[in-house]
Amino acid sequence: MSEEFKIEIVNPEKSFLVKEDILEVVVPAFEGEMGILKDHISIISFLKPGIIKISSKSGDENYYVEDGIVEFKNNNLSILTSTIFNVVDLDKSKLEDLIEKAEEEANQTEISDQFQYLADQKVQVLRSIN
Amino acid sequence: MASLDDLKKRIASVKSTQKITKAMKMVAAAKLRRAQESAENGRPYSEKMKNVILNLSNGISDKENAPKLLSGTGNDKVHLCVVMTSDRGLCGGFNSNIIKKAKSYFSKILSEGKELKIITVGSKGNDQLKRMYGDKIIENISFKESKNANYFDAEKVGKIVIDKFKDSEFDICTIFYNQFKNVITQIPQAQQIVPLNNKDTEDKASEESYEFEPDEDEILANLLPKNISTQIFKAMLENSASEQGSRMSAMDNATRNAGEMVDKLTIQYNRSRQAAITKELIEIISGAESL
Repeated sequence: MSEEFKIEIVNPEKSFLVKEDILEVVVPAFEGEMGILKDHISIISFLKPGIIKISSKSGDENYYVEDGIVEFKNNNLSILTSTIFNVVDLDKSKLEDLIEKAEEEANQTEISDQFQYLADQKVQVLRSIN
Repeated sequence: MASLDDLKKRIASVKSTQKITKAMKMVAAAKLRRAQESAENGRPYSEKMKNVILNLSNGISDKENAPKLLSGTGNDKVHLCVVMTSDRGLCGGFNSNIIKKAKSYFSKILSEGKELKIITVGSKGNDQLKRMYGDKIIENISFKESKNANYFDAEKVGKIVIDKFKDSEFDICTIFYNQFKNVITQIPQAQQIVPLNNKDTEDKASEESYEFEPDEDEILANLLPKNISTQIFKAMLENSASEQGSRMSAMDNATRNAGEMVDKLTIQYNRSRQAAITKELIEIISGAESL
């Protein structure tokens, strides 16, 4: 029996990625990183800023996301996100832009704790890519 | 009767108008294809979002304490209407159809003695509504700078709506937009987004049970504001496709009408030219006869 399942990443503009030969996905869920293999129980969770690691038969890929929702059901993994970048496509200048934006958010004074945490997380993750 | 010179000028002016409308039609057709594509590409996201929320709201254990964005405030006194129109004119009945739909809804609400608040998106809607409902408009948003509908703009509108809901400025929120059916038909829609209306989808909910991490309430609290932005974004995409479609058919009609007008004017021009020649001939002949 094959150990593969299907992944679909959509953002509001389009279907971002559809792949059928996925072996494992690690998503930055809100309460910590979560690895998903085939036949995982049906789950809904949401994401914090971080890296989605996808390992498939055709190679490994990393994506940076800022937010999103994960739904896993019948060996279909759907990820809805408004901001997603392939880490390979993030060159230096783009990365710096994103860091700058995230730092600006983190340095706002009148924001809620949760928002502050998310913004800090963004900066941290982006730095680690660098 | 207009003189020959006048007729000539009119024909020239109608012809140049025709050129403009033809060009506008071409541009609209090209833009339509793009807008239609992005409307179709955007569909999976909003569909998926709807499914997830449906599954969540079925799984929620404590219906009483469900987030207010889902269950409502329990009142229906203050209505917020988000009227989404275009920033440009010359697109047939596109804007006036939305406005008509919105106005009939407004008068229904007002006659029931409820309070009305309006947010207009797009300058055309604001222009048409401010005469009658000027005091009800609390915000006017326009995205003239952005070329295409993008999620960033939708999020901005969504944020305004959510902030106002948190400050309990309204109980029920409805958005007005045109749904794109095809180039000729666009259907004005009124869609309630707060509280979320699940009635029509309730019976076909899946029986699948989910694991939630963290719990349902927290996910819902996180998800519902996103859903509002998503719904608004969907409306924006539908709207931009409708706008281009509407403009295309309007400009097509205008071009055809201009063609008919040119034909008519040309016939009139030729007739009066011939009449003038005949008149001159008669004058010459009768002049020669009298000699």
